[in-house]
Amino acid sequence: MTHTPAAPLAGRVRHARPRATRRGRGRPLLYLLPAAAVLVPLFGYPIYMLGLLSVFDYRQAQVSGGEPTRFIGLGNYATLFGDERFWSILLQTLVFAVALVVVTLAVGATLAVVLTRAGRWPRLLLSLAAMAAWAAPAMTGSTVWMFLFDADLGLVNQVLGLDGFNWFYDKWVAFGVIGATVVWHSFPLVMVTLYAGIQAIPHSVREAAWLDGASEWQSFWRIILPILRPLVTIVVIQSIIWDFKIFTQIYVMTNGGGIALQNSVLNVYAYQTAFGSSEYGLGSAIGVVMTLILLVITMFYIRALYRTGERL
Amino acid sequence: MKRARLAANTVAIVAAVVTFFPIYWMALSALKPAGEIQSLQVRPWTLAPTLEHFERVLGGENFARYLLNSLMVALAVVALSALVAFLAAVAVTRFTFRFRTTVLIMFLVAQMVPVEALTIPLFFLVRDIGTAVPGVGLNTLGSLVLVHLAFSLPFAIWMMRGFVAAVPEALEEAAMIDGASRPVVLWRILFPLVAPGLIATGVFSFITAWNDFIFARTFIISAKDNQTLPAALLVFFKPDENDWGGIMAASTLMTIPVLIFFVAVQRRLVAGLGGAVKD
Repeated sequence: MTHTPAAPLAGRVRHARPRATRRGRGRPLLYLLPAAAVLVPLFGYPIYMLGLLSVFDYRQAQVSGGEPTRFIGLGNYATLFGDERFWSILLQTLVFAVALVVVTLAVGATLAVVLTRAGRWPRLLLSLAAMAAWAAPAMTGSTVWMFLFDADLGLVNQVLGLDGFNWFYDKWVAFGVIGATVVWHSFPLVMVTLYAGIQAIPHSVREAAWLDGASEWQSFWRIILPILRPLVTIVVIQSIIWDFKIFTQIYVMTNGGGIALQNSVLNVYAYQTAFGSSEYGLGSAIGVVMTLILLVITMFYIRALYRTGERL
Repeated sequence: MKRARLAANTVAIVAAVVTFFPIYWMALSALKPAGEIQSLQVRPWTLAPTLEHFERVLGGENFARYLLNSLMVALAVVALSALVAFLAAVAVTRFTFRFRTTVLIMFLVAQMVPVEALTIPLFFLVRDIGTAVPGVGLNTLGSLVLVHLAFSLPFAIWMMRGFVAAVPEALEEAAMIDGASRPVVLWRILFPLVAPGLIATGVFSFITAWNDFIFARTFIISAKDNQTLPAALLVFFKPDENDWGGIMAASTLMTIPVLIFFVAVQRRLVAGLGGAVKD
């Protein structure tokens, strides 16, 4: 999946306040009608249904009509919170997401600074390469990295002289390879956004720092970063949301979550619980937990947006 | 200063090579003869490029059909989402009304919803709709168009909003004073002016639909003819030995269209990002 670019940053927004004096009060609603006709049944209703399913005992027997659907209140949640596997998957989802965010930002920020220093051709080369990685579908990115790390025919094993080493056997080694694939897909967004941000800082500011004898390191941490703080916050939160929702890479590279779901994150766990084990109610409960966590992160995101002065 | 420039150039070039390498390796492996892929002496080039993998991929396993399916779904999503997003963007930029900010925030929050978790209710929803309207039930391409439309809209509206806001309102006002009706202003004046924005937005909708893996996997269960590319790619994974030549050729075919589209809009994208910062 191509990393959705920082949504609110895209497009050139001139904040002209809409006027209240327009004639035809029903017109905006008329224009919103097609969007509502799509989003209410296909987006709003499924969210409601997800919550609803999570409080029912809904398994294969109920789907096929063999047994009546039973309301069990918070029963699914009780099962979930009592299950050690849920907690360990929740923990590894968080650890994996945090690691991904840190590495993506470190790589993206470093290369953004490199871009500002590099000459024309190296800059163009890196931009184009990053675009290619950004554009590559998550699916094909996963297949290529799988091939590179293949036990028998993979380039990595042959170069390192590891004969038949299986990179997807050990849980954390597999997470490492998946993580590398994800970072490869997602650092370009961070790099391009921060590079654009740095370019927007008036040259005189950086020059003044240089004249005052600030080192590269100092001027990055003391000048560039503080000025870009709102932008960095948005990129960080976007990365958290994105890395928390990783699905395709894990599903494809570990064939559905790995041996005994050892490499799954909440997203994959919810999907496998529902469609793999036909525990649709329980799977929905996991989905609700995930949605709530993302909602909290989104609150911070909206607050950060307001800070940058983006007027809604 | 000069040494810093040299170091930056070196890092940039090394990073570019490393970043591009997987794409290169994919295309190269797709062109390598089967014998060279199997060989334990890997070389980062080939002296005997062949199209045998592409021929096998496009010839067998209905792959060409899947390619066409993916294309049809993606194009339908692009056309519909451009139209719907344009209207919605006009509503939220050119008018004030109650709950306007609420609506905007909802478009934003919608982008964060874990789509994968929603496959569970959507599966049952699509199954039920299918009994009433067979064209959009399980195993149909119509169902994929609908869900991709829904999931690409919030972002498309958010993006279009920027492009609509960038058109000076004076233009529309002048036309209205000259006696043009609102629909005329909308379709004859505003619509052509935001065409670049529509294209950029459309590309992102295209990519969302094209790259989809989970919905195709969940909704298209038994109808072999209605598979799309990602599922078709999995055919080449075999329990005993993966057909890497085929996988790489199929992956290349799947990557090329998005790569072209992405390069086409990247200028606008970067400009947009920069513009937002300058504001």
